Amino acid sequence: MVVLEARGLKKSFGVLEVLKGVDLTLARGECLVLVGPSGSGKSTLLRCLNLLEAVDSGRILFAGEEITNAGRRAPEIRRRIGMVFQNFELFSHLSALDNIALAPRRVKKEPPARARARAQALLEKVHLPDKADAFPDELSGGQQQRVAIARALAMEPALMLFDEPTSALDPETVGEVLQVMQELSEEGMTSIVVTHEMGFARRAAHRVMFMEAGEAIHEACSADFFGPGVPERVARFLGRIAA
Amino acid sequence: MGFVSPGLVLHYALSRPFLDGALMTLLISIAALALGMLVGLAVALAQKLRFLRLAAIFYLWLFRGTPVMFQLIFVFSVLPAFGIVLSGFTCAVLALGLNEGAYMAEIMRSGLEAVGRGPVLAARALGMRENQVMRHVVLPQALRIVVPPIGNQFIGMLKLSALVSVIAVPELLLIAERTASATFRYLEALAAAGIYYLVLTTFFMLVQAVIEWRLSRRRRRIAFPALTQLLLRATADTGRTR
Repeated sequence: MVVLEARGLKKSFGVLEVLKGVDLTLARGECLVLVGPSGSGKSTLLRCLNLLEAVDSGRILFAGEEITNAGRRAPEIRRRIGMVFQNFELFSHLSALDNIALAPRRVKKEPPARARARAQALLEKVHLPDKADAFPDELSGGQQQRVAIARALAMEPALMLFDEPTSALDPETVGEVLQVMQELSEEGMTSIVVTHEMGFARRAAHRVMFMEAGEAIHEACSADFFGPGVPERVARFLGRIAA
Repeated sequence: MGFVSPGLVLHYALSRPFLDGALMTLLISIAALALGMLVGLAVALAQKLRFLRLAAIFYLWLFRGTPVMFQLIFVFSVLPAFGIVLSGFTCAVLALGLNEGAYMAEIMRSGLEAVGRGPVLAARALGMRENQVMRHVVLPQALRIVVPPIGNQFIGMLKLSALVSVIAVPELLLIAERTASATFRYLEALAAAGIYYLVLTTFFMLVQAVIEWRLSRRRRRIAFPALTQLLLRATADTGRTR
């Protein structure tokens, strides 16, 4: 079953064309990793997919429903698409537990006790069972990002988008975040991950898409993407990342 | 002259007119600050909307560019010519509040801006509507940023309210002046008023410190600030002129 389908997405900021007609299909349970040099449009693509940015042209279908110009219905659609940001973007005035429980309480109108119980369960899922009362500035980057993942999962999304989730982290804490992401993928979470962590792409991704200058120039299953015979441009990029 | 009578100071301080005067000072300050906060928040939000930005800038230009004393006398003396007759108290609150709004707008704007785009995007990504983003994410975070400057504004307002004696509102300073000119005991009458001002400002500095302490996210781990620290901070903020 196809969860997400995008056709011919175009997006410009002023004269700069950031997306030049990107196609993408994502089946349920699939983990797609987006790689490519910075400025290639990966983050913009993610933001367009959950309607944080409006596309100029093209179509987006989510769970079989056209959402391209959702307009006022956009918040309802975003509830079913989780997003994790490079800089975590936790709510600094709330504890870890309340960060996670906020949207279920206010958006889904869950009773507070139930929202808090689920938030605690999600903290356990991201291996932070004893950080419920900690505030964001008391947590390491890796811990903050895991809370951010739990916060997104609290809305029980059908799709998770990760926008360079480990780029702002100390090298020591990258592993714990990737670990959680890999566990999610193994549990069958459908996800799109923008990352430079090729190890993660090898281990957890089903497919890898290479973007450059607003175009998806190569897409392959994970094994083939890192195997021999990839386009020369991709090989050069991978060589530079590995170095 | 030359003889200070502490007994008379105490007598004045505990007399009915001084008590009423202090109450009036307090009431004007609270009402004007409340009006200023509302106006300030409205202006801060209006500055973000293109079609209201010009009106907001005009308001700031007008109220920051003229003395508050001028605004006070203007409201009191000119509005009646247009058939708008307000009580002295209302004039005082209106003028001080509108003036305060022009400064509060800046505080509110910086509070809102300090929250930044990131948490707003995160809240939207969770499916919150714009009013929910504002209510549950932006305003609570901005509140923590604006509490200290608003506390300072309130202390300033307690002192600024002495100006309304010029429009015959019976607040603390006017009571002291009237008492003094009737008895020629200037020192005692002004000392009594000064004591009230100090009691009020000290009390609200403490209130401010308690609020800040309670809003601080790690209050379990932060000791309540020492009194000397509070006094130092309050005296450091008194350099404002209008």
